[in-house]
Amino acid sequence: MFWFILRRCGSAVLVLFLSSVLIFLGIRALPGDPASVMAGQEASQAAIEAIRKEFGLDKPLPAQYLDYVGQTLTGNFGRSTQDQLPVADILAERLPVTLELSLLAMVVAIVIGVGAGIVAAVRRGKLADYVATAFGLAGLSVPHFWLGLLGILLFAVTWRVLPASGYVPFTEDPVQNLQRMILPALVLGTGFAAILMRQTRSAMLGALSADYVRTARSKGLSEAKVVGAHALRNSLTTVVTVLGLQLGALISGAVVTEQIFVIPGFGKLTVDAVLTRNYPVIQAVVLVTVIGYVLVNLLVDIAYAFLNPRIRLSGGTRD
Amino acid sequence: MSLLEITNLKVSFDTEDGQVQAVRDISLSLDEGEILALCGESGCGKSVTAMSVPRLLPPETTRLSGSIKLDGRELTTLPEAEMRKVRGKTVSVVFQEPMTSLNPSFTVGYQIAEVLRRHEGLSRQAAARRAVELLELVGIPAPARRVKEYPHQLSGGMRQRVMIAIAVACSPRVLIADEPTTALDVTIQAGVLDVFRDLRDRLGTAIILITHDLGVVADIADRAVVMYAGRAVEQAPVGGLFAGPRHPYTLGLMNALPSAAVDGRLAEIPGLVPSPLSDPDECAFQDRCARAQADCRLSRPPLTHQADDHLAACFHPGGQS
Repeated sequence: MFWFILRRCGSAVLVLFLSSVLIFLGIRALPGDPASVMAGQEASQAAIEAIRKEFGLDKPLPAQYLDYVGQTLTGNFGRSTQDQLPVADILAERLPVTLELSLLAMVVAIVIGVGAGIVAAVRRGKLADYVATAFGLAGLSVPHFWLGLLGILLFAVTWRVLPASGYVPFTEDPVQNLQRMILPALVLGTGFAAILMRQTRSAMLGALSADYVRTARSKGLSEAKVVGAHALRNSLTTVVTVLGLQLGALISGAVVTEQIFVIPGFGKLTVDAVLTRNYPVIQAVVLVTVIGYVLVNLLVDIAYAFLNPRIRLSGGTRD
Repeated sequence: MSLLEITNLKVSFDTEDGQVQAVRDISLSLDEGEILALCGESGCGKSVTAMSVPRLLPPETTRLSGSIKLDGRELTTLPEAEMRKVRGKTVSVVFQEPMTSLNPSFTVGYQIAEVLRRHEGLSRQAAARRAVELLELVGIPAPARRVKEYPHQLSGGMRQRVMIAIAVACSPRVLIADEPTTALDVTIQAGVLDVFRDLRDRLGTAIILITHDLGVVADIADRAVVMYAGRAVEQAPVGGLFAGPRHPYTLGLMNALPSAAVDGRLAEIPGLVPSPLSDPDECAFQDRCARAQADCRLSRPPLTHQADDHLAACFHPGGQS
């Protein structure tokens, strides 16, 4: 198990290294010379050279890359071209907002999606199955922005039970925070729940027809144990895979959802940065997104090993 | 009175093509400590007959009539919650597929202990200790190490022994073994059969052995029921059956054994099994039978006594040879 996790961590570091090279080269492949832009139109050649030297742009590319990695590792992402604030501070302010939103959306998706998937599989071909499948299809088809607008219309305008938009930090007022987060989380979690429901349902259908489920029944176990322990345990690998794959979609979904509900999160930051060509921010946003993906995939791999003894046991000794 | 009494059992399944009659009409009994072989080719209804006892057939599509009495208690009408107390405790099953019948996500020790905790009320620790003893009982070396392993770490023969350990954990009165050796190497088959014999001798477990392998029948069974198209066609103690098969179908099965081959070629039974969708009033085997005459097509031959304990359903039974 130890070796398994170590190996996975090793490949995660490799992916991070390659992505950082790509981000670094990508920025440098953009047309234009940053030094002459910074110096202004009427600057002398000497002034441009001075700026170049100051920012280390006269060094060869590998040396520049090492500088970039060193700066990044010490938490220095540069300054936003918009308001000259350190990018690290902006990230520290925006990231927790999106993390909270994604986490809540994921909880919504797991509770609704996995629950409905199990019920649909157990009650296959019955009313509950049709209802769950129909809602699943609807949840997949309805776009976030429409669902968000509909939610605001119903809950904030017609019924007046929830605020329409805005954000209050959890540390300031937890109740207000949750009141404002619940609708975005539901909107963001719905599509995710639909995908989880379908995957859970098909995985559970496969597991329920397996020979080992028949064995479990022949032992006289209750149906709750047969379904909840024997069948579900073998379906969880699929559920975890989908969770990992969809977390990426959750981030892009957050972009739209945050825009609708005017939540100052990571997604809104990304949109604003792209619209204003704020390169240092874009660069940092891309890197943080990559780190997010890599971490999630690492967690998924480790979860696999916990769920599936065949992976766990072959990971350390053989293969 | 016998331990298990099956009377006029009929089982059919709802399918898109109509009602498939898997078991058309069968009555049989099983005594304490007896090993009864149910034999016949694929689709003859032997597995369905046996799986009707613990009610392990899919409830939505199965239609069942007749009576199944265990120790005088009717099982077919027992509430599901009561039936769950019977399954794994009084009646247990060893399935055909050792490779897929164990749950890949749990240790074999857990899967054995589970049934002990369910029926015997053992604590986690006591059940785990008993699991080690059971693995030893079914002949698995180094059982203390093996209980901590997962099914994929064991060979097919080992897994089948684990299945047997689960089945006998609560000392059942009746053990149903569905083709328990079919998926195993010949060298391992004998060992598994020894485990069954040993259980019967030590615990007095009655065993219903489902098999199409007459070699296995001759090796271990006390009595055999030969089934064809959902009915019993011959029923006899094993010695009498092999000494003088009365039904032409039984004879055909024996001639199809490799040891009976003439000129290195196995004798096959010509023709096909009748459709399970219809059930005309005639001998189901007459199409394929060398001895068939006009009367075989007019009515169905009843199961009648040919000699003591030897029954056959044939108008023109073979003599003792």
